[in-house]
Amino acid sequence: MTTTEGTHHLPGSDGADGDLPASLLPGSEEYLEDPRHYGIEHGAPWPDDVPHGQNDMHWRYEDDERGARRAELRVAACWSVTLLCGIGLAWVYVAGGQPQVEGGLFALGFGGLGVGFVLWARDLLPGHDVIASRGGLTHVSEESDRRLAVQSLGRGLEPMARRPFLAKMLGGVLTVFGISLLFPLASLGPAVDGQFAVTAWRRGIRAVSEDGSPVRPGDIEANGVLTVFPDTGEDPGSPAMAQSSVVLINLASAPFEVRPDRKDWHIGAVGSQSCIVGFSKICTHAGCPVSLYNWSAHELICPCHQSTFRVLEDCKPIFGPAPRNLAQLPLAVDAEGYIIARSDFNEPVGPGYWNRPIRVNPNTGAAVRYS
Amino acid sequence: MSTTEQRLAAEKRQSLAKAGTDYIDDRFGSSPFLRSAMDKIFPDHWSFMVGEIAMYCFVVLIVTGVYLALFYVPSSQVIVYHGSYAPLDGQRMSEAYASVINISFHVRFGLIMRQTHPWAAVVFMAAIAFHMCRVFFTGAFRKPREVNWTIGLTLLTAVMLEGFSGYSLPDDLLSGTGLRVVYSIIESIPLIGTKLAFELWGGPFPGTSLIPRLFVLHEFLFPALLVGLLSAHLAILWRQKHTDFPGPGKTETNIRGSRFFPQYMLKGGAMLFLTAGVLLGLGGLVQINPIWLYGPYQPYNDSAASQPDWYVGWLDGSLRLFPHWEFRSFGYEIANPFFPGILIPGILFGVMYAWPIIDAKIYKDHVAHNLLDRPRDKPFRTAVGCAALTFFSVLTLASGSDVLGNDWHISYELIIEILQILVFVGPVVAFLIAYRACIQLQRTGNMIIKKPIGGIIVRGSDGAYHTLGDDHGGDHPTHAGDVPVDHRAGNGHRNSDGHGNGVAGGDVAAVPSGAAGEGTPPGGDPEG
Ligand code: HEM
Ligand code: FES
Repeated sequence: MTTTEGTHHLPGSDGADGDLPASLLPGSEEYLEDPRHYGIEHGAPWPDDVPHGQNDMHWRYEDDERGARRAELRVAACWSVTLLCGIGLAWVYVAGGQPQVEGGLFALGFGGLGVGFVLWARDLLPGHDVIASRGGLTHVSEESDRRLAVQSLGRGLEPMARRPFLAKMLGGVLTVFGISLLFPLASLGPAVDGQFAVTAWRRGIRAVSEDGSPVRPGDIEANGVLTVFPDTGEDPGSPAMAQSSVVLINLASAPFEVRPDRKDWHIGAVGSQSCIVGFSKICTHAGCPVSLYNWSAHELICPCHQSTFRVLEDCKPIFGPAPRNLAQLPLAVDAEGYIIARSDFNEPVGPGYWNRPIRVNPNTGAAVRYS
Repeated sequence: MSTTEQRLAAEKRQSLAKAGTDYIDDRFGSSPFLRSAMDKIFPDHWSFMVGEIAMYCFVVLIVTGVYLALFYVPSSQVIVYHGSYAPLDGQRMSEAYASVINISFHVRFGLIMRQTHPWAAVVFMAAIAFHMCRVFFTGAFRKPREVNWTIGLTLLTAVMLEGFSGYSLPDDLLSGTGLRVVYSIIESIPLIGTKLAFELWGGPFPGTSLIPRLFVLHEFLFPALLVGLLSAHLAILWRQKHTDFPGPGKTETNIRGSRFFPQYMLKGGAMLFLTAGVLLGLGGLVQINPIWLYGPYQPYNDSAASQPDWYVGWLDGSLRLFPHWEFRSFGYEIANPFFPGILIPGILFGVMYAWPIIDAKIYKDHVAHNLLDRPRDKPFRTAVGCAALTFFSVLTLASGSDVLGNDWHISYELIIEILQILVFVGPVVAFLIAYRACIQLQRTGNMIIKKPIGGIIVRGSDGAYHTLGDDHGGDHPTHAGDVPVDHRAGNGHRNSDGHGNGVAGGDVAAVPSGAAGEGTPPGGDPEG
């Protein structure tokens, strides 16, 4: 369809141009000079920086019907792609779905739709560049309007301020009462008690592997590692076990430095072919399970931020952001030859927190020492 | 079609339009608003489009997200999987994880929805980051737009939270590991950290409350916040009108661009479709977040190359680069993750929130602006921006330290150590280079500001139409030769000092009404 410019009518008129105010006819002088088209406020003078006589009711192929026809076909072609993609998608759905084909068809379909719109707007529609007024640098009000607003505010505030006692009391009451509204939030979590420092390990409890079977020292080959859990019947993946995973390491004949206060925490003599130590798997940096083991250097590495712990020196952190050693679990072997814990850890496992004790009672989990 | 028929058809359309407008106006008296809305001018510059792309990503996120929510099960209840994905048969996993596997492999058209969603999130964040850089480097945050900068930053924060909470919903090994780290970061906050972590998780990590709670946050709270903030962002933009680069005919008090209806609206719609097309294309063709390869979350397990989504990478990198410090005295402790996980991001965001105030102080500039700065004209600001980008880039790089080490056959220790130096040196170097480059560009390169496509058509005193400042003259029926006036304007005598009040005014000097802008008092509304 070609332009209808110059034939616009407002319904309600009898169709004769003469009945309309000239300012409503898009081609007319009055229309083009109507301040309302340029953001100029009613009654304001025409600003210097808005040119007169602008006309953006032109478009690219306005005077070129053949060009317009071709532009129309281009748009139609784009939208045909969309149509075909729609049909294609229906077919894909019925055929059982295929993600790659779906993706391709959706992309093409939306693409055709979008490109069609761009071409339509660019080639066949008016409304390109024009300069309009911003109605001032910013939308600020008249000074008198601001004064009136301040007055209205004062009309209410002044009488309120005349009773300063009530104002102050209200402040206090709302603070106290407001805090009480926070109580429901507090029930989102239990109270913080010593629980942090407690794991599921207890004296005499067996170490079991992921599938629940108890472990003998011989099950861990030289330079091998095994992740174990306390045998409480809980699934190793369950929340109750989250703090309790322990990595058992068979150090073979490597020279593990035994601390004087931990003489009997490992299994097998240091330097023998089978010396097994157990450390908490919870990284002291941010709590990821330390699950990589470099056996040639006897280092445990945390995959999260690469904190590296030297096992031979009590799992001391030698690289990365972890600030503390991994906690050591005292081990023993029970009468049937299975690995057991001598007690719980004697320090909290995992990352630090504000009131973290540095020693806990391994039987009760109660804090023993804070500094 | 004959002319009469055309005429009748046009009349019919108009009477329909009138009926519709009347119906609305009878009830709301909204015609003046409607008219001014359709006539509203939006400047055209490719960099202004990026904020729009962000908006359309959000639309795609909502549509795909609602779909996913219809299938997702927010429960950490452990079940044994016996579904259509054979490799996981018999494994223990949470119902949440199983439901995402189900969407991926069992729901027809489910996988494309599931993959489009995170793709949209990733592109969304990229668009926001770019948009923010655009606003920063061009000084679009200056008065009167400081509030929108603040709302924008809050949007950014909310989108990061929304993204992270969504990333955690599948309860797979990767996202569970991310949550473990976040728990430790929260736990490390002095005084209230442990209680706060307990509140959020409903007890010690991992608990069973988090997945359903995350679902509420991700499905309701954060999106509601986003919709509210975004509405305010756009309403303010609408009220204040968009900024524009300086150019011929442009002043602080006028605005050059195309009308909202039809040009801007159609092109905006087109952009929505194109964005949706690209995102769905990615969702169908390019795998993202294949949780069936990561496996279900087990608190005792994680894997090498554990990395978050790219937009959280800088936080992860910060945790990797920060030294192993931890402070204890009087039996209390400030744990390590607090510094890189809370303090440093807190300072960074604090500076960003305060930037409009800092900037105004530095440049002693307290008047309102509608014309943008060219980055080179504010070397200090540009240099600060480049330094900040370098800082974030080094941190982001650090979050891939182990992967980089593998790829480049360097030990991860060396990479971390190099990056620990680079995180200080890089920003300084970037600052100096950017500063010098700005000065150099100011001196030598009067690189011409590109004007928007299309010209202003002006009717001269002779009644003929002429194009003003046209880039592709010839498309319009102009007779520029007739009037010397338009020659001058069309040639666009460019001003190298491309910022500030009234600079561009000279170019319209030949238009009958005379020079513009020069006399506009800053901060005032000249005409009332
Ligand atoms: C959810 C994320 C966001 C969306 C969807 C969004 C959307 C938009 C859109 C569509 C515009 C107008 C077009 C444009 O200039 O690109 C805009 C303008 C603006 N945005 Fe954002 N934005 C977001 C985040 C931000 C952020 C993070 C900042 C900065 C901290 C910001 C600051 C601004 C400012 C100051 C303007 C006015 C710019 C001007 O008039 O030149 N926005 N936003
Ligand atoms: S959690 Fe182990 S290094 Fe960060």
